[in-house]
Amino acid sequence: MESLTFRHTTKTPLAGAKPLAITGVVASGNLEVLLERVLPPNACEVAVETPIGGYGDVWEAVVADFVARAQPGGLRISINDGGARPDTVSLRLLQGARLMEG
Amino acid sequence: MANWRSERTARDARIEAGRAHAEGKVVPAASVVDLLEAVLKPGDRVCLEGDNQKQADCLARGLAACDPAKVLDLHMVQSGIVLPEHLDVFETGIAKRLDYSYSGPQGGRIAKMLYGGQIELGAVHTYLELFARYFVDLTPHVALIAGVSADRDGNLYTGPNTEDTPTVVEATAFKNGVVIAQVNELVERVPRVDIPGDRVDFVVEADKPFYVEPLFTRDPAAMTETQILMAMMAIKGIYAEYAIRRLNHGIGFGTAAIELLLPTYGERLGLKGQIATHWALNPHPTLIPAIESGWVKQVHCFGSEVGMDRYIRERPDIFFTGADGSLRSNRAFCQTAGLYACDLFIGSTLQIDLMGNSSTVTTNRVAGFGGAPNMGSDPHGRRHPSDTWMKAGREAGGTGDPALRRGRKLVVQLVETFGDKLVPTFVEKLDALELARKTGLELAPVMVYADDVTHVVTEEGIANLLLCRDADDREQAIRGVAGYTEVGRGRDRAKVDELRGRGIIRRPEDLGIEPLDADRSLLAAKSIKDLVHWSGGLYEPPARFRNW
Repeated sequence: MESLTFRHTTKTPLAGAKPLAITGVVASGNLEVLLERVLPPNACEVAVETPIGGYGDVWEAVVADFVARAQPGGLRISINDGGARPDTVSLRLLQGARLMEG
Repeated sequence: MANWRSERTARDARIEAGRAHAEGKVVPAASVVDLLEAVLKPGDRVCLEGDNQKQADCLARGLAACDPAKVLDLHMVQSGIVLPEHLDVFETGIAKRLDYSYSGPQGGRIAKMLYGGQIELGAVHTYLELFARYFVDLTPHVALIAGVSADRDGNLYTGPNTEDTPTVVEATAFKNGVVIAQVNELVERVPRVDIPGDRVDFVVEADKPFYVEPLFTRDPAAMTETQILMAMMAIKGIYAEYAIRRLNHGIGFGTAAIELLLPTYGERLGLKGQIATHWALNPHPTLIPAIESGWVKQVHCFGSEVGMDRYIRERPDIFFTGADGSLRSNRAFCQTAGLYACDLFIGSTLQIDLMGNSSTVTTNRVAGFGGAPNMGSDPHGRRHPSDTWMKAGREAGGTGDPALRRGRKLVVQLVETFGDKLVPTFVEKLDALELARKTGLELAPVMVYADDVTHVVTEEGIANLLLCRDADDREQAIRGVAGYTEVGRGRDRAKVDELRGRGIIRRPEDLGIEPLDADRSLLAAKSIKDLVHWSGGLYEPPARFRNW
């Protein structure tokens, strides 16, 4: 198990006021994402627990693109990846942000 | 005095030797080994019918049980290496040399045996290419084929899985070869004559029905949102854009997702009747909803698919069927149809390099190709226009009188940027090159060459390689859809933005597609059971796909 944490500053807070959301299920090739609105409005933290080591730079790129696109200010996001592929991670992060806006 | 009949004389001698174990043409299953040892000579070229789907398994077991002191050094010329026995014969010395096309289930073992030098490999062919060589320099001395039933005269009914049989028999029977058929049963009268009896020398009543691999059944329950997103992009960005009516689909989940999105997403886009009407395709269960919704006009098949026989019988307007009502498939003709009469091939692969060359060969698997390199190539022998073909030709550019500029076949690679266990699909260098170097092959086994590929579709977008004007355009177009792989992260961002401006790279949002809309609710069928419902109960899925 490898644990990675990425911290970003966002230009804006994420819209909406929903305090918590979960998306995805842990199963083969899938993942679970927990989103909590607990940080200052211009901060975002993404914590990853992954069984496949050595992909730190891939995760860093996936998270940076997500932050640039969704501007998820205020969120602490925990990912339990179950060995998921980056495209699935990216999709789940965007789905999660949308749930928090709703 | 020249002897012009030495082959014929040798053939007569083989048949006479075989007759000792037969009653007329009929040989009991228990005598298969005796028959093969009598008929086969060391060094013979042998086609042991291993097709993409059906397998002459009784004869394969018989061949593997022959005495390697009597039957040895055979040169196997068969399209599919599918059963363990197909490779066992190389371990015992019964066979030495191999020319083939496809080796899906045995891909791992064949790689080991190639590296270990147990197999002398001629080449990994495309089907049509191997069939062509049956008539020129790889003509079989003996063909071991499979059918459903035969009469005592050797008239053969192949059933829906005719596949390679007519081609193999044509090449063998008319060039002094011996044809041995295994059948599930001997009958007074066959339902239809697929192979006339005078081309069949021996008929073996098999101990059990021949094996058929359900190779084209994709369970909708296993389809992911990423595959659905890619299918949406292919439909909107390629099928609609080029008005593709005549096409072939590969075997993967991505193309199966396209099939399941036609009656839903395709319908919403108003594309019914405009795209995907005429097919060169096996009877994919996932095509049932599109057929039932009136999208599909006709389908010609390479082979059949387990469980689809009753459905096909009830849809003769769509499928090619015989007087007996069952499907007539033919791999050689369908490959020809896919090559010359289809405007699009779309399929998946395991590795793509920076120029767009692709291969299913990896360091520890040599899966072969099947039909992809044939249908996934631009046929220079084509002379008839279609709007799709002409549009693709215009995009590829060129100079001079437009009436002298040929069109282009659309060859689309539909791939996720990462495969199983986070193995990247995009690579700097194909593993096939390493395989060729280690095994002394002059030509690396490339599935689709870069100059034949027109589009690469991934979850990140579509790269249109037709519009690329130089090697840098092409490399950055591929890097620009390669996602988070090392190749993708190595992109020149400014160049990729420029390519996007030129329409060479198109993102989901450029096509008006919201990735978050890629939802399983878009699938016309979400499970195998749904497919059974769509078929009105006519589709009978094999046991391993039944989970209700």
